[in-house]
Amino acid sequence: MKLFRIRGGVHPKGRKHLSEDKPIANLPLPELLHVPLQQHIGAPAVAVVKKGDAVKKGQVIAVAQGTISAPVHAPTSGTVNGLGRYTAPHPSGLPGRTITIRTDGRDAWTDDLPAPMEPFTSSPQAIAQRVKDAGIVGMGGATFPSAVKLNLGDRYDLHTLIINGAECEPYLTCDDRLMREHPADVATGVRIMARALEVKRTIIAIEANKPDAIRRMRQAVKDLDGVQVVEVPTRYPMGSEKHLTQTLLGLETPARGLTAEIGAVVHNAATAFAVYEAVVKGRPLISRVVTISGEAVTNPANLRVPIGTPVAQLLEYAGGLKTEPERLLLGGPMMGQPLADLKVPVVKGTNGVLALSGLEAATKSVKASCIRCASCVDACPCGLVPLDMAAAIRKEEMEIATQSGLMDCVGCGSCAYVCPSNIPLVQYFNYAKGRITYLQRAEHKQKETKRLAELRTERMERIAAAKREAMAKRKAEQARKKAEKAAKNQHQEKATV
Amino acid sequence: MTTSPPIIGGPFLKQSPSVSHIMLVVMLALTPATLYGLYQFGWPAVYLFFVTVGSALLAETAWLKMAGRPVWPALHDGSALLTGWLLAMTLPPWAPWWIGVLGSLIAIWLGKQVFGGLGQNLFNPAMVARVVLLISFPVHMTAFVVPTPFMDLNAPGPIESLAVTFDYGVGPSIDALSSASVLGHIKTEVGRGAEWTAAFSSTFEMRGFVFGAVPGSLGETSGLLLILGGLLLLGARIITWHIPVSMLAAIAVLAGVMNAVDPLTYPSATVHLLSGATLLGAFFIATDLVTSPVSPLGKIVFGAGCGILVYVIRTWAGYPEGVAFAVLLMNAATPLIDRYIKPRVYGRTRRGEPLVPEEAVK
Repeated sequence: MKLFRIRGGVHPKGRKHLSEDKPIANLPLPELLHVPLQQHIGAPAVAVVKKGDAVKKGQVIAVAQGTISAPVHAPTSGTVNGLGRYTAPHPSGLPGRTITIRTDGRDAWTDDLPAPMEPFTSSPQAIAQRVKDAGIVGMGGATFPSAVKLNLGDRYDLHTLIINGAECEPYLTCDDRLMREHPADVATGVRIMARALEVKRTIIAIEANKPDAIRRMRQAVKDLDGVQVVEVPTRYPMGSEKHLTQTLLGLETPARGLTAEIGAVVHNAATAFAVYEAVVKGRPLISRVVTISGEAVTNPANLRVPIGTPVAQLLEYAGGLKTEPERLLLGGPMMGQPLADLKVPVVKGTNGVLALSGLEAATKSVKASCIRCASCVDACPCGLVPLDMAAAIRKEEMEIATQSGLMDCVGCGSCAYVCPSNIPLVQYFNYAKGRITYLQRAEHKQKETKRLAELRTERMERIAAAKREAMAKRKAEQARKKAEKAAKNQHQEKATV
Repeated sequence: MTTSPPIIGGPFLKQSPSVSHIMLVVMLALTPATLYGLYQFGWPAVYLFFVTVGSALLAETAWLKMAGRPVWPALHDGSALLTGWLLAMTLPPWAPWWIGVLGSLIAIWLGKQVFGGLGQNLFNPAMVARVVLLISFPVHMTAFVVPTPFMDLNAPGPIESLAVTFDYGVGPSIDALSSASVLGHIKTEVGRGAEWTAAFSSTFEMRGFVFGAVPGSLGETSGLLLILGGLLLLGARIITWHIPVSMLAAIAVLAGVMNAVDPLTYPSATVHLLSGATLLGAFFIATDLVTSPVSPLGKIVFGAGCGILVYVIRTWAGYPEGVAFAVLLMNAATPLIDRYIKPRVYGRTRRGEPLVPEEAVK
């Protein structure tokens, strides 16, 4: 298949050899699970259990709230230990609403599990509903509720489903393992999603550094019509939704738009597996595969982990740390976040836990001045000029930064990766994006306050005017009555006379 | 356990090259041409080179001390060393020591530090210094000598050479060995009404010309070794092809056209490409990262502009050589180029409007 070139990109060392040959192992059930209510983009789920409740595996413990949201299920059987705030998987390490479950070790499934569906005869709406009920979100890390993306066919003319098996982040091998160990299940999930989207064509894209996954997935789809496995070049950020679409279809997603606008929807390979589990087996999303890797980890591994398991348990299973890590990360080294604490739980979007040694992590490098070498310009897959954006942000000129395309930045970090001066460009951009959101909110608030104040003034005036009118009316009425009375009196007087 | 780090935005991996690494590669690429220059212009050139580079380092140190900024990180990045080195490459090899010292002071102080140091300067520091020197001391800056390699009988020894560079004791008279540069000679002769080919062949041998055994500035004479260095820079991805190729192409095209129009008056493209500072300029000076545009198309515009100006100055202006002027003029245009020529943003048209998808919304 003809592939299209994307602009820029970088070639970080993959370092996938650390874990790529480790089969997926089941992590033993921990004693406590801390299941956050916000594991997805959108509104947090609302808890429907209370302290002391007994829960079964797969039982709904929090329901979705609004269109863009996802329910949360009990990852195993046990008792609700409490509903409270617990360190969230976020760089701030701030607590978020969490349901803590004390596991009972029996791992007993609930009786209310939805019945398995006939995958290839069910209606697209039924499939999307099932995916929604199963709490499935984008498992590549973006955690956007998948059902919303499966319903895009309602609004757009879709022709292609792209399954993102690029896994372009260094170290991560969880999708690779999933495709190698469960190719048929992933393929079934892919077919179900294609049915839900009503697309004619499906492309499973895998980076060239995963030859075994490519081979096995090809084998799994060889009898299927309209499904093909495509080897894409190993180049970061190949797994970026927009750039993968461009590589495969040669079409660019309009700025600030969705890939659906050009007729394509992208789902992650692990999401496809979760869809298979939900539709064919009726099982909600309660566990996921996580890669534990990095030079500081004794035995790197790929583990199937119940949602809510503290990261410390994963590291313990992997034999602990052999050296003091320079960096502890959640996710890949390019776009992942620093781990605030080892008690942070694994959530639906956690694809990796990395402990990087000093040799691998870029922490000791000194920040120097920008020498305008344009490495960042050449590396940017979005055609931006990162050095100009950073200069504007340093001066708090957010408007100039926005005009330079700040909002078109996907945050892939290619620019900061190549910067010889070690300028933390992504840090600048994240700061600016937050700052701009704040400013926009402040402006919105100001406008809204002004609008409401104006409305109030208008309303008060109207009330006053109405009052005045009523008063005038009453006065006129009184005057009229008086006059009438006077006239009557006169008349009577006349009569008496 | 490690505590939360101050910078929370990724990436947490880094490609290894640093600023000092870049400077180091550029110096490495300059080395062959430099060694050749030092070899063929002898001890005076060696003295001048070290005086210039040394005073560049001292100038940087002195400024940082005065400004109360840490000295070592700035010296360590290698930019002052490289500036001094590049300046030395463009000086007449037997120029007196104070030309090198003054040049370095101008380059580091006026060319770089007044703007705020590395990365902030608008103009190429070495070229600022060269132009100030050329205008202020035209005699010293155009006193070129015939190459006298170390083994040459006429070559001055280390002691005699002190007299050349430091004006001390008795040494060979510069006059005895003086010569015009290729471009200077052609310009003078053509100005007198002679044909350029006659002027060229009467004085220079083509083979020596290609390899660099001709009078000229310290490091600009060997076209072959400069191309080698340029290829090294391209291979190491320190520079991209855009500026050298567009600059050389602009010069070649203009020279080719003019030579075709009047073959007797206008020297051929080969002469223009191989003489003067064309190659040094195209690979090492115009490509200065700080003072050139950042987008690929911008670089092409910049390079072509340099090439056109070089040819125009050489052919119709008062000076026989114009690389320094051309680069400075285009440096001045760089912010403008960067403002108007940017890469196209993903998902947008060149004008910045979002693309309109073919498949419309249902």
